[in-house]
Amino acid sequence: MTFFEAKDVVKQYAGHKALNKVSISVPKGSIFGLLGPNGAGKTTLIRIINQITGPDAGEVFFNGQPLKPEDVKRIGYLPEERGLYKKMKVGEQAVYLAQLKGMSQKEATKKLKAWFDKFDILPWWDKKVEELSKGMAQKVQFIVTILHEPELLIFDEPFSGFDPINANLLKKEILELRDKGATIIFSTHNMGSVEEICDHIALINKSEKILDGPVEQIKKKYRTNTYEINYIGEFDKLDQVLKADFEIIDQAKGIEFNTLKIKLNNGSTSNELLEQLLPYLNIVSFREIIPNMNDIFIRVVKESKTI
Amino acid sequence: MNKIFIIIQREYLSRVKKRSFLILTFLTPLLIAGIYAFMIWMMLKDDTEKRTIAVLNESELVEPVKSSEFTTYNYLQNASFEEVKSSMEKKGYYAILVIPKNILQTKTAELFSHKQVTIEVKSSVGRQIRQHIEKLKRSKIIAEANMPDLEEKLAATRTPISMRTIKFGEGGEIKQSSTEIAMGIGFAASFIIYMFIFMYGVQVMRGVIEEKSNRIVEVIISSVKPFQLMMGKIVGVAMVGLTQFIMWVVLTGIIITVGSALVLPGVDMETLQQAKSVAELPAGAASLDAGQLKMAQDILGTFDLAYVAGIVGAFIFFFLGGYLLYSALFAAVGSAVDNETETQQFMLPITIPLILALYIGFAVAKNPESSLAFWGSIIPFTSPIVMLVRIPFGVPIWELLLSMSLLIGTFLLITWIAAKIYRTGILMYGKKVSYKEIWKWLRYHN
Repeated sequence: MTFFEAKDVVKQYAGHKALNKVSISVPKGSIFGLLGPNGAGKTTLIRIINQITGPDAGEVFFNGQPLKPEDVKRIGYLPEERGLYKKMKVGEQAVYLAQLKGMSQKEATKKLKAWFDKFDILPWWDKKVEELSKGMAQKVQFIVTILHEPELLIFDEPFSGFDPINANLLKKEILELRDKGATIIFSTHNMGSVEEICDHIALINKSEKILDGPVEQIKKKYRTNTYEINYIGEFDKLDQVLKADFEIIDQAKGIEFNTLKIKLNNGSTSNELLEQLLPYLNIVSFREIIPNMNDIFIRVVKESKTI
Repeated sequence: MNKIFIIIQREYLSRVKKRSFLILTFLTPLLIAGIYAFMIWMMLKDDTEKRTIAVLNESELVEPVKSSEFTTYNYLQNASFEEVKSSMEKKGYYAILVIPKNILQTKTAELFSHKQVTIEVKSSVGRQIRQHIEKLKRSKIIAEANMPDLEEKLAATRTPISMRTIKFGEGGEIKQSSTEIAMGIGFAASFIIYMFIFMYGVQVMRGVIEEKSNRIVEVIISSVKPFQLMMGKIVGVAMVGLTQFIMWVVLTGIIITVGSALVLPGVDMETLQQAKSVAELPAGAASLDAGQLKMAQDILGTFDLAYVAGIVGAFIFFFLGGYLLYSALFAAVGSAVDNETETQQFMLPITIPLILALYIGFAVAKNPESSLAFWGSIIPFTSPIVMLVRIPFGVPIWELLLSMSLLIGTFLLITWIAAKIYRTGILMYGKKVSYKEIWKWLRYHN
């Protein structure tokens, strides 16, 4: 079931198009990765979802309905450019931000204290923000983003600036929120960082969406049928004994073992390859090279250029 | 609407709780009271400096100046000017007074000194010589006329005239007015407005820059509309300004009342105040007589409640109107830059009309009926300041209404424009913005 949908969204700024007919569809309860290099238009799309700015053309649906101003209550947003008032007290400020999301002061205070306790920052409640370490300030920002229990959570470059410990904490909490039913959108240019937790992605490049779908499907689609074989022993005439369907891409000598990369063409299988190799080589390991998002991205960008 | 209130509350409280606000709020009345007390002290204080002045009297006048408690006149017979001059320091003479032989013709005497002679000494010497000569001439005439009681009769001809200016009020009733006081009030009020627009406009700008440089702005505008954030800040800061102004008025009043009761028992403050303003009149009145004091009291007495309420009402309206108009512009400037040092280029178009308004105000205070006064008080960018100068002199009601509605209309227009700049500007980081760029922002929709 689709929880959030953008249809043919266009956003034009003087001189350039930030988004050119971009459509995405975020399933309910999924972790959706919005990937692309810097300046591709991710943040513009996110700002449209948050109604910070409006699309010039196209439609945006939230839970099946056209996006309404009241929906901001149901969205939690951690922007890439995030900060806090330095001179304000931590607790006071968190309550203020929660109130702006429509929570009552009492409710906000109660929930905030529970979260602060969970994240071990309760003793800093009455301190000024400028006294906090960066990690603590990030915790506060995260808590404020999720406090009003939004159905849709948007994180723009969430892990930039987080130290590994906090990044892990963040990942854990986000997965927990997803398990409780929240839908999550991650936006990042660092594709490796979210690959393992996203189940859907959309790739955006130069204002256009160039690829989207479930991660598994995409990976399947962009399989290269290439295998990496580590072996011990010497055999120079491999290209002479192998069937023509097995294309040797790379052959390298190492200290402990040598490495071979072979691409399977014309529907030949890995078993056939193994059969062929066994008489000649002492195989240490044999695995399929699965392309990561970065590789896929680069490939798609190249392909879209040649079209 | 509720969210705007939450923003106003934060903007207000975070500023009012600042130490700098408290210090400024409580110290300023002390300072005003201090200046006030100093002026009174200066007024009450006699010149108690002991001075000796050497007199070289070459004329036929006999001791035209007489020693008083603090000033001693030493008449030096048969001494040359050069001698006295060289012995000045040794003998401790403050000055040398030379009364020439032909003073009755030249009507000029000379005071020589190393330091600038004080006004009091100069006028005291001049007055004494003048009176001495007048007396001589008068007795001569009296003697020649051979008329009994001539002296008394002549004295009876002296008739000092005091001018009372009276203007017709709106309803045709007669009001007594004082040009000097109207000028003073008008100018003070307009200057306070000028100062407040600047002070609090810059605070709005700083607040916007703070939000931008702290990177909190995007967090907030995902919850509220940029317009709400901007207006919340502007209104919150306006309330800080009003709070400060009211505190100043109340505290200054309390300090002066309490202070004068403690420090100056038996001195009637009102009399003193009036005495001061009358003393400044160029009527040559060195000392006050009862009639003049009475007149001053009359003038103050005509400040009826309606007149004062009218001025206070106009002050609040034009302060808020002017502040709202300019602070929206200040907010737009704040949104377009990354830090305060970059504000210079955009500040100029804001500060020029403000400073211009102040100068127009100076001119208008002298001539409140000029066309400069009219246009200055109608055009919204100068009207908050210029109109306040005019109001104590009386302004036709249609002009007032025109000026007010133009101010409100312009404020709405400017706020709309500023909001457009603000909305785009607050999300622009690390980009040097030019006027051309801002012009582009104005044409973005949403």
